[in-house]
Amino acid sequence: MQKISIKLNGEVRYVYVEPNEVLLDVLRDKLGAKSPKSGCERGDCGACAVLLNGKSVRSCLILAIEVDGQEIDTLEGLSQGGLTPLQESFIRHNSFQCGFCAPGMTISATELLKNNPHPTRDEIKEAIAGNLCRCTGYESIIEAIEEISKK
Amino acid sequence: MKKEYTTIGKPEIRVDGREKVSGAALYTEDIEYGPDLLYAEIVESPYAHALIKNIDTSEAEKYPEVLTVVTGKDFPYRFGLYMKDRFIFAQDRVRFIGEQVAAVVARSPQVAKRAAKLVKVEYEELPKVLNEMDALKDDAYIIHEDLENYTHVPWFFPKPKTNVAHWRKTRRGDVRKGFEEADYVLEDSYYVPRYVHCAIEYHAAVAKYDKGGRLTVWASSQSPHTQRHLFAEALAPLGIRHNDVRVIAPHVGGGFGSKAGVTMEIMAAAIATKVQGHTVKLMWSREREFYNTYQRLGVTSKLKIGVKNDGRITAIDHQLFWDAGAYVEYGANVVNAVGLSAIGPYKVDNVSIDSVCVYTNLPPGGAYRGFGYSEFLFGLESHMTRIAKHLGIDEIEIRKINGIKEGDLTAYGAKMNPNGLHESIEEVKKAIEWDKEYKPSDENKVIGRGFSLLWKAPAMPPNASSSCFLKFNEDASINILVSGMDIGQGYLTVMAQIASEILSVPVSKIRTENPDTDRNPYEWQTVASHVSWSCGNAVRLAAIDARNQIFDLIVRTKYLPKDSLYLEDEKVKSTQNPNFELALKNFVIDGIMMGDGTFKGGPILGRGVFMPEFSSTKADPDTSQGGHPNVHYTVGAGAVILEVDKQTGKIKILKVAEAIDAGQVLNASLAKGQVAGGLLQGLATVLYEDIRYDKNGKLLNPNFTDYKIPTAKDIPDEIISILVEVPQPDGPFGARGIGEQTMLPAAPMVANAVEDALGVRIKSMPVTAEKVLLEYLKKK
Repeated sequence: MQKISIKLNGEVRYVYVEPNEVLLDVLRDKLGAKSPKSGCERGDCGACAVLLNGKSVRSCLILAIEVDGQEIDTLEGLSQGGLTPLQESFIRHNSFQCGFCAPGMTISATELLKNNPHPTRDEIKEAIAGNLCRCTGYESIIEAIEEISKK
Repeated sequence: MKKEYTTIGKPEIRVDGREKVSGAALYTEDIEYGPDLLYAEIVESPYAHALIKNIDTSEAEKYPEVLTVVTGKDFPYRFGLYMKDRFIFAQDRVRFIGEQVAAVVARSPQVAKRAAKLVKVEYEELPKVLNEMDALKDDAYIIHEDLENYTHVPWFFPKPKTNVAHWRKTRRGDVRKGFEEADYVLEDSYYVPRYVHCAIEYHAAVAKYDKGGRLTVWASSQSPHTQRHLFAEALAPLGIRHNDVRVIAPHVGGGFGSKAGVTMEIMAAAIATKVQGHTVKLMWSREREFYNTYQRLGVTSKLKIGVKNDGRITAIDHQLFWDAGAYVEYGANVVNAVGLSAIGPYKVDNVSIDSVCVYTNLPPGGAYRGFGYSEFLFGLESHMTRIAKHLGIDEIEIRKINGIKEGDLTAYGAKMNPNGLHESIEEVKKAIEWDKEYKPSDENKVIGRGFSLLWKAPAMPPNASSSCFLKFNEDASINILVSGMDIGQGYLTVMAQIASEILSVPVSKIRTENPDTDRNPYEWQTVASHVSWSCGNAVRLAAIDARNQIFDLIVRTKYLPKDSLYLEDEKVKSTQNPNFELALKNFVIDGIMMGDGTFKGGPILGRGVFMPEFSSTKADPDTSQGGHPNVHYTVGAGAVILEVDKQTGKIKILKVAEAIDAGQVLNASLAKGQVAGGLLQGLATVLYEDIRYDKNGKLLNPNFTDYKIPTAKDIPDEIISILVEVPQPDGPFGARGIGEQTMLPAAPMVANAVEDALGVRIKSMPVTAEKVLLEYLKKK
């Protein structure tokens, strides 16, 4: 076990990890951030997406020990000061059905809008293409992001 | 004239929207179960068919931090929804690769996994049967020798000493005469392989059997009460009764049928009884999600349709042989449903259907969105287009000529319900601009257009019922207690809308949550696209019950005639006395004070129960005539415009239109979401998903790298969703279900459009680029 520190959602947290523990498990089981989900264990589905120093990554493909001293933001952190305009737009559009992909999808869309506040429909599709959703056919998710992109 | 409602039909925001978008929504694995939590890991069969000669658990049991190892010997109990053909853990025989043979329970998932590898199982391989047609041969190895001893519902007809678990026969009219009268008969075979649900959340079950004898199970589930029932039934020998079992169902990360009935959850429940006092978690992985829950059944079909030169159908003979897998406790009912309905939404006087449920040594088949209808519609709707082309009739026209109408007889002889099939056809034809000349994007591409009808009935026991408690609170807010599951379709939201419409309390003041079987009253299951209809009726009746209690109290205390009373803006008002109004919050808990200081009334508590009392499965087993097995059918139509690349075979969907007759739309936004989501799931089965087994029966692509489901970049350029409303007389406000139906036309309309584009007919799913190109090159 090794002690590492992670600035998780703005707060420095210390945690003991095994060298082979993946970030997703540490976030969920040791640090209580439950929004990243496990959906494939191999980087296919994007349900575990988090922001590592502001860039989206799949937390199932990263060892916790690798992020020692770095910043991680999860959905819990994005909405600390209330829901973001993107999240409000998701609610208005009934964007999600089962909701399981919502945290990862929100991380990807948030990153997109930060780097490119007015993306085209194709750019939106590209940005969330790594997040699988089995319920919605993506239409309602794209519409909600589009609405924000036009503001 | 259509009635104006306050909330019914409106695009209300989901009641669970904020919870899900903020990350507050907890799924089974998100809940903290405390530091005493144990983890179970399954030992699986590496053989598709083998005898278990010996299991040695001693090494695993000695491993540090292992509490116990369980095997089939610990639970010699059968279970199953419609047919009890399974054991919780394999007894003396395994019947598919991945079947659970033992489980190790340890302090951590890592230890459980390591120790599971130490369980030594000796097998003796048996001949395996890996497809339905082989399994039907006279010399086929029998997979279930005890078939005649299995308990099953009375409407199943197993054939002992064969691999046929159920054979549904439907006969009406005179098929031979029908074919004799035909001017043209088309006979051909189709093949639809297995598919996997691919809900993004895995199955998960956490169970605790406490020292007081209470069994609590948290599970990602579509069927909390059915699970409670099957747990109690299977574990009855341990002295467990129904009221000892409590199933708590948190949010579900997608179901599509995979979390209906009982699969892995029963292992968690059983294991818990061996580590009494502890809580034990059983988690599936993506891989197991593919091969040890249910898969959609594969099917080989033989279809013969006779028509007159004017396009009228004279007879249909539809034979379907289902690869139902190693256990068919749920899947046999898919076969049954198709055996009653495989004529599609057509008026046919001479019908013969044989739907045969065949055991194979592949993973168990079970419920999957569409419940067999996607599978038979692929062949049937391909056939209709082929016949139209042969006769020189437009493919939409032939469907209009034969399309079923209210009062026409279904295959089993009951009358068809009111429906908007013909409206759906017209609406889709208009929306897709059927006669428009679409231009390909370059010279290597060709445009194709395809059409398909759809229909589907809920497949359920005739006594499947729903119930509801509706509780008012001091501020006139409401808690609705129901036991259907919101698996994403928006069920909880529309239940709130139904109560809101009747009680004039806004949706925002009504809380509906996923159930706990101790707290919430009975619901059969959230399957069959029946829950908005069935549980919607229960909620409606509970709201009417509450309203009656309110009115009775006003009659008793304010002496106004009951028929003058109505609810508006959370107040009771009277048409007789325009000055009278009383806010609900003033009396729904505290009652109404009389002149002498006494109170009348008390908490308003509505109760609603719905059972479709007209439904019956009692029919002649040789013809299926005489009963009323299906409560109603939902119908619709779909059309597609696609572009095929002649050099690669790759298909691009340019435009899709789909119309569904919802009876009465309950929530326009959620209904539209069902169309977009269901269509893409259907398109995925025809364009992308391609399951592969090796010659030993091992699934080769149990992951999203090798089994492709669509991403945001794979969606059609344009989707037009059309909601037709021909009310269902016994539905809440006229509603009927649409959830599964949305995916049904996808596969046949794509196959039809590919033929339209390139002149090649693909008769086996999926219709991949590779297959299309090979056929096209062959033709050239």
